[in-house]
Amino acid sequence: MRIDKDLVEKIAHLARLQFNETEKVKIEADLNRILDFMETLNEVDTSMVAPLIYMNDEVNVLRKDEVIQTITHDEGLANAPKKDTDYFRVPKVIEQK
Amino acid sequence: MEEFELVVGLEIHAQLSTKSKAYASDSAGFGDDPNTNISVITLGHPGTLPKANAQVIDFAIKMGLATNCTIRLENQYARKNYFYADLPKGYQITQDTTPICTNGFVDVKLKDGTVSRVGITRIHMEEDAGKSIHDQDYRDTLIDLNRAGVPLIEIVSEPDIRSSEQAGAYLTELRKVLRYLEICDGNMEEGSMRCDANISVRKKGASEFGNRCEVKNLNSIRNVQRAIEYEFQRQVELVKAGEHIDQNTLNFDAATGKTSVLRSKEMANDYRYFPEPDLPPVVLTNEYIQAIERDMPALPEQLFKRFTTEYQLTPYDANVLLDQKELAQYFMELGTHCANYKLAANWIMGAVKSYLNEQAIGITEFPIPPIQIAAIIQLIESNKINNTSATQILFPALINNPTANVAELAQSLNIIINTSDEDMMAFVNEVLAKYPDKVAEYKSGKKGLLGLFMGEVMKLAKGKLDPKEANKLVVAALEK
Repeated sequence: MRIDKDLVEKIAHLARLQFNETEKVKIEADLNRILDFMETLNEVDTSMVAPLIYMNDEVNVLRKDEVIQTITHDEGLANAPKKDTDYFRVPKVIEQK
Repeated sequence: MEEFELVVGLEIHAQLSTKSKAYASDSAGFGDDPNTNISVITLGHPGTLPKANAQVIDFAIKMGLATNCTIRLENQYARKNYFYADLPKGYQITQDTTPICTNGFVDVKLKDGTVSRVGITRIHMEEDAGKSIHDQDYRDTLIDLNRAGVPLIEIVSEPDIRSSEQAGAYLTELRKVLRYLEICDGNMEEGSMRCDANISVRKKGASEFGNRCEVKNLNSIRNVQRAIEYEFQRQVELVKAGEHIDQNTLNFDAATGKTSVLRSKEMANDYRYFPEPDLPPVVLTNEYIQAIERDMPALPEQLFKRFTTEYQLTPYDANVLLDQKELAQYFMELGTHCANYKLAANWIMGAVKSYLNEQAIGITEFPIPPIQIAAIIQLIESNKINNTSATQILFPALINNPTANVAELAQSLNIIINTSDEDMMAFVNEVLAKYPDKVAEYKSGKKGLLGLFMGEVMKLAKGKLDPKEANKLVVAALEK
C-alpha cells in the first residue's frame, strides 16, 4: 500500500487535523516509511495465527445493572474548555439555516 | 405505478430499559437535569476502561429469542469511529462482525388477513450518543451527555417489506414484543425507539435491487409510512423519466411530508470498524440461553392463539386486548374469576376502556380490581341486574368505591331486578289498564304494539325487571 497526497488529506480529515502543503509532503513521506517498515512483517507466514485482539484470555467480565454515580455534574464539567452551568459548549456543528 | 415494486428494509434502534448505562455505572434514566448522569467513561476521559452491563446481554438475547433468531455464543464488541461532540470517546462501542442475534423473522398480519414474514438480518448491542442542542444559542451547540452510553439494540430487517402497510404492521409488532418483554418502552415520540428506512424501487419481477435511499429521523410509525409512500412516488417518477437514483441519506420533514438530502454517498462516513480491545469477549452457553428463554413472559403471538382458542374471542377482540400488555394481563386475571370470556372482553373494551379514555389514564391506574368486574358480570349473568344499570349506575359507583361489596352496592343503588312474578305482574297490569284501546288493537292483530307495552313496563319498573321475563308475562297477559 502507498500513501499519496489524497490519502493524507483523507486521514487528516478523519482525524480532524489540518496541515499545510509542506506538512502534507512531509507526512506523506513519513507514513510511507512507517508502512515500508511494517512491510517487513509480511515476510512472516501468519496464516496459521489468529489475530491478537485481547491482552489476556479473560471472558465475560461484566457488571450487574446497578447505578453507581461516581462523579458530580460540576466535576464532569470542570475540565471542559467551554461550558455553562448545564451544558458542554462546542462550536456549532450544523450549518445555520 | 403498477409495474413497479417497493422494496424496504428497516433499521430499528431500541433503547433498553436498564438502570445503568451499557458500559458504565452511571444512570440510564431519562429526563434528568443535563449532564448529571455522567461518568469518566461516558465523558471519554483518557485511561478509563468500560465494563459491560450483563443486563444488556440478557435483554438482547430475549429479543433475539422472541424474533426467532439464532443466538451467537461468542460475541465481540467493535469500535465504530467517528468525530462528533455528542460522542466524546470518538467511537461508538457496537458489534460489527459478531452480532449477538442473526437470521430471525417476525410474522405480521395485514388488514386483508394475510400473514407475511419479515426476515431479521441481525440484532446487535450498542450505545446511544448524547444530545446536541443546536437552536438555543447563536454560536454554540449545547451538549448533554446524559444519554451517551445508554444501551441500545439495533434490529435490522431484511429488505422484505413491500408496502407501507406492511412496514407499519412490522413496526407495531416489534414494538409490542419489546414492550411485552419489558426491555424497551417503545416510545417513538420520545426517541426510545427510532427507525431508519432503506427504500428502493424496481420493476416487478426484477431480481436486482434498485439503488436505495436511507431515510433518517422517523419519529412515529405513521411518519415511517408517509416517508415510504413519498419515496416510492419520487423514485418511480425518477426511474420512469430515465433518471438515476442517487444513493443518498435523506431527512424526512414531518410538516411537509417530503424528504431532502442529508448527505450524499460521496460524503459517506468511513467508520473504520475494528474489534474493541477494552471489552473482553462475551461467551455464552446454550444452558444460559435456555434459562433466559424459560424466564420469558408469554408473547403477543402466543397469547393471540390462547385468546382465540381457549377463550374463544374473535381475532379482532383478541388484538384489541393484546395491544397493551397490561390490558391483556387485566383481562387474563378477570378470566380467572369469570368464565364468560366474551362478556369479560366486552366489559374491558366497553365500559373500562371508555373510562380510561375519558380520564386519559392507563389500565394500571384503573381503580377497580378485576375480581370486582367479575362480580358485576356475575350479577348480570344471573339476571340480578341488567346491562344498562350495570354500566350506567353500578360501574360509576364502584369507581368511587372500588373495594365495596358489589352485590350490596347494587342493592343499595336499588337496581336489583325484581324477579318475583307478583311484583312484575303488578307493573304489567298497571300498563295494560292504562291503555285499554291499545290492548284491544293488539288483540285484533296489531302485534307490533308489544314493544310499546314492554317499554312502558320497563319504564315503570325503572329497569329493575329482567326484560326476557317481563316480555313473557306481558305476552301471557295480552293473550289471556
